[in-house]
Amino acid sequence: MKRLIIAVLFFVVLFAVWDLAVRSGRWSAILLPSPVAVADYIWSALWDGTLIDAAWVTLKRLFIGYLAGVIIGLPLGLLTSTSQILEDTVGALALGLQTLPSVCWVPLALVWFGQTEGAMLFVVIMGTVWSVIIATDNGTRNIPPIYARAARTMGSEGFHKWTRVILPASLPFLVSGMKQGWAFAWRSLMAAEIYVTILTGFGLGHLLHYGRELNAMEQVIGVMIVIVLIGWLADRCLFSPWERFLHRRWGTNVKAS
Amino acid sequence: MASPSTSFPGEHPAKLVINDVSKSFTPSRVLVQALDNVSLTVAEGEFLCLIGPSGCGKSTLLDIIAGLTRPDSGRVLADGKLVEGPGRQRLVMFQESALFPWLDAYGNVMFGLKLRPDLTNRERHKIADYYLELVGLEKFKHAHVHELSGGMKQRVALARALAPDPQVLLMDEPFAALDALTRDQLYDDIQRIWMESRKTIVFVTHNVREAACLGDRVVLMSPSPGRIAEIFEVPLPRPRDINSPDLAGYAYRIAAALKGTLVEGAVSE
Repeated sequence: MKRLIIAVLFFVVLFAVWDLAVRSGRWSAILLPSPVAVADYIWSALWDGTLIDAAWVTLKRLFIGYLAGVIIGLPLGLLTSTSQILEDTVGALALGLQTLPSVCWVPLALVWFGQTEGAMLFVVIMGTVWSVIIATDNGTRNIPPIYARAARTMGSEGFHKWTRVILPASLPFLVSGMKQGWAFAWRSLMAAEIYVTILTGFGLGHLLHYGRELNAMEQVIGVMIVIVLIGWLADRCLFSPWERFLHRRWGTNVKAS
Repeated sequence: MASPSTSFPGEHPAKLVINDVSKSFTPSRVLVQALDNVSLTVAEGEFLCLIGPSGCGKSTLLDIIAGLTRPDSGRVLADGKLVEGPGRQRLVMFQESALFPWLDAYGNVMFGLKLRPDLTNRERHKIADYYLELVGLEKFKHAHVHELSGGMKQRVALARALAPDPQVLLMDEPFAALDALTRDQLYDDIQRIWMESRKTIVFVTHNVREAACLGDRVVLMSPSPGRIAEIFEVPLPRPRDINSPDLAGYAYRIAAALKGTLVEGAVSE
């Protein structure tokens, strides 16, 4: 409760400072809209549906692309961890491409897929897949070998060993890898949406872009706030429960409640 | 050198036969002869301790019996059948607890039981409950692994190894990381459990008193190359108290011989 009050107070002060800055009149209201104007925009855009529609388009792309990235990356990471040849080839490729900012895939995606959903998905998948491969590979390689030995003596082999021992044992690595993949996917999608207009759907990135074109700064800031909120909620809803589970089971970071 | 007698005197049939087993490793380009033509017979229901300085190959021998490591030459028979890989007839309890942190105490004990298709779920739960009670941890059934103390972890590991009802229990310095008080208590527990279940146990240790306390026989190994140096019989009644003076006499003899292997090893190198 005390933590909540402090957090709320912090944001109230933040908005108050922002409001004061606008009221001081040093900056043009066109460049720096007041928090009230931004809230106004968010409110009306929520009611007329533009914000909901755009968020839906963006989240759909993100979820499908991310899911595909995980479905491709997870088995590939498991494979590279089992074979030295695959590690030296696919693993090296993944390591290299993971360092490539995923926005760099956008030009290629446009040439290959045109201004379509396919291009968006491609960028999101490229943002996700490499870090998932690397995290999975790392995770399975870093399992204490004693787990696998203990499991083998109890008769756990093959598929059973992978699903009941290797995967759960590497869960801490997997979750942080998934989280990183998610962060990359989210950033690359936003960049792609701002960069290109996709005729089949208007995402949050487009809304942001048109806000700038129309010089509607309250729209730009409003959409930014929505993007931040979505990212924050995804972290809270998708990853925090897993991390709490891991902390409880593994006994790491006990003070996190 | 005359090879020491390697069979357990008595009418018990042989459970494990280790026949001329050799194994070498090449870490960082130096050939290490971990085991050199080791032969040993372990009788059914026997509690056998393997002792020796580090590098004598005692843990390697245990791995080979478990089927986790293949020997370069020689073979191991369990119940007359060639050991070709790990099997749940010979379960291992490791040095570190090797418990799975993603499962609770109960889940760890259930792990091996779930791999036995011949049991029904009801039977599995009954067995898991039984063994957790046997090691005195029925109240910690749903504790996470990190919440257990070192001694409790090894108790869960013991329950996990016993639950699938293996015929042979292989223990690789299971109490090495525990404090003396906890260890003493576990010596009582393991003797009690062994006397009730009469499993064949091969117990690797570098602690002389521990070996004298637990073993029917104590097999002393010497390093580089790993060989059996001497075999001691410990015909003391059970349960044995690790602090008893009788036991100290045996421990003293074994310790003296252990020092001998070190001097010999140093000369031959």
